[in-house]
Amino acid sequence: MRLSEYTALQIKKKIISREIRPIDLVEHFIKRIKDIDHDIQAYLTINEEETIKKAAQIQKKIENGENVGILAGIPIGIKDNICTKGLHTTCASKILENFIPPYDAFVVKRLKEEDAIILGKTNLDEFAMGSSTENSSFKITRNPWNSDYVPGGSSGGSAAAIAADLSILALGSDTGGSVRQPAAFCGVVGVKPTYGRVSRFGLIAFGSSLDQIGTLTRDVKDAAILLQVIAGHDLRDSTSMQVPVPDYLNEIDSGVHGLRIGIPKEYFDAGLNEDVHNALKNALRMYEQFGAKVVEISLPHTEFAVAVYYIVANAEASSNLARYDGVRYGYRTSKPNGIIDMYCHTRSEGFGNEVKRRIMLGNYALSSGYYDAYYLKASKVRNLIKNDFDVAFQNVDCIICPTSPVPGFKIGERAKNPLEMYLSDIYTIPANLTGIPGISVPCGFSKEGLPIGMQILGKHFEEKKLLQIAYAFERETDFHMKKPVLKWSTD
Amino acid sequence: MKIKKKDIEYVANLSRIELSEIEKETFVHQLNDILSYIEKLNRLNTETVKPMSCAIDVTNIFREDIVEPSISLEDTQLNAPAIKGVFFKVPKVIE
Repeated sequence: MRLSEYTALQIKKKIISREIRPIDLVEHFIKRIKDIDHDIQAYLTINEEETIKKAAQIQKKIENGENVGILAGIPIGIKDNICTKGLHTTCASKILENFIPPYDAFVVKRLKEEDAIILGKTNLDEFAMGSSTENSSFKITRNPWNSDYVPGGSSGGSAAAIAADLSILALGSDTGGSVRQPAAFCGVVGVKPTYGRVSRFGLIAFGSSLDQIGTLTRDVKDAAILLQVIAGHDLRDSTSMQVPVPDYLNEIDSGVHGLRIGIPKEYFDAGLNEDVHNALKNALRMYEQFGAKVVEISLPHTEFAVAVYYIVANAEASSNLARYDGVRYGYRTSKPNGIIDMYCHTRSEGFGNEVKRRIMLGNYALSSGYYDAYYLKASKVRNLIKNDFDVAFQNVDCIICPTSPVPGFKIGERAKNPLEMYLSDIYTIPANLTGIPGISVPCGFSKEGLPIGMQILGKHFEEKKLLQIAYAFERETDFHMKKPVLKWSTD
Repeated sequence: MKIKKKDIEYVANLSRIELSEIEKETFVHQLNDILSYIEKLNRLNTETVKPMSCAIDVTNIFREDIVEPSISLEDTQLNAPAIKGVFFKVPKVIE
């Protein structure tokens, strides 16, 4: 087994027992990134110098018998919309190409406190706006399972990095499915926690009522340990909740006996790919064998979720992105003719097409005369969608459905039609609109050999139960252990 | 067609984004596509439904009024396109 293939929990034991030195581990990863990432393009920045320095420090601590953090020496990739002090944070946008944050995001601070090693910053759709990572201003990330396919998005760099063994752990952000959908496309585990579970301080804002930082890992136990580190209250994010963080790893193997699993009939309609449908049917049969009861439920407003999302998310985005004006940080146009001209040219030159489209749509929906018809209407339908879930959860412990209606799509296939791209988020968007947690776990492969993801949704702050349900499936299957054959490299 | 070219120009100005003629044409089509999809919301009667702006129940969050260190002046200027002394420098605002 290659060093890069271990899970965080496995490698942690080897580091603590001094079987593996952190410095050898990170050097292995840096070499691997240099060898194969030019084909995958998962990373935007490699934090080489700091990584080696930090690994040496941790090694010394271990050799001296000092206490170390729970992620001691474990490499992690951070999506490039999460601020890292002194390390480029670009949002894959020209407007932030040279931005170096003067502070760490809350989650990054927590990772450093637990001695994790920030290996680098991963690629994304510009400002996390997209479902394929094709909207990055710098590079197109490829799916390690098949280089003709997208890795999903917007956290495509983080998902591809885990799938190709270019990191052990990774963080992403999820506004409409941006952690779960790339996790599904790349065959890894992705968790979107409850809105308010993880501080958004230092996460560059997209849709503030929807954004949540999430985890991308090789398996469910690694998701538990990483969520343990990043979850919790933070004074600097007033929407981060003062709800105690349970021990996610403890009792993770308690199984699903007696649990009621809801299957939303609206999610299994004609638009669902046959391979995805079969993989889900197989998974549900297994859950029944484990002693769970599978019941059909209805989420009647499902078909309206995408429409609501693209009004709410873009309205919030147009307000959030108003700050990029070329005054205090970021790109500024050269030779502006007055201040208004500077704003306009800075933004026109700095933002890519999808970002401009969303700012325009958001400002249109918020503009005088249209506010009631679009934003207010969407906010009301959002409440109807939330009510669907409230009713469903009175009857079931969790909801299981596909993460994505398709196993994947090819690079360029949906890039020309924005609406078609938006519709690929149909199964993940409701969790963001309602704030509930969701996890995507590998549950099969398509005929073309692409991974398929199963999504498990739970009640607010019930991440622990979701991890238990996911683990009950994972421990009886080996989908998460399969590795892509990186045939375009000398792997 | 709900959105016309003049609407695109109006919103582009609100957004402080300058668009080429080709971009305007593309946005007219794409935004109309998206908005006609969004029209489906009008099939729902929402007269008695309350709007929802946040996914969790939070009201005002208060903390003790204690001054804590913030980012230094030097650090705030590190990413600035142009500075003069302790200020951010911008082109002339008033003619």
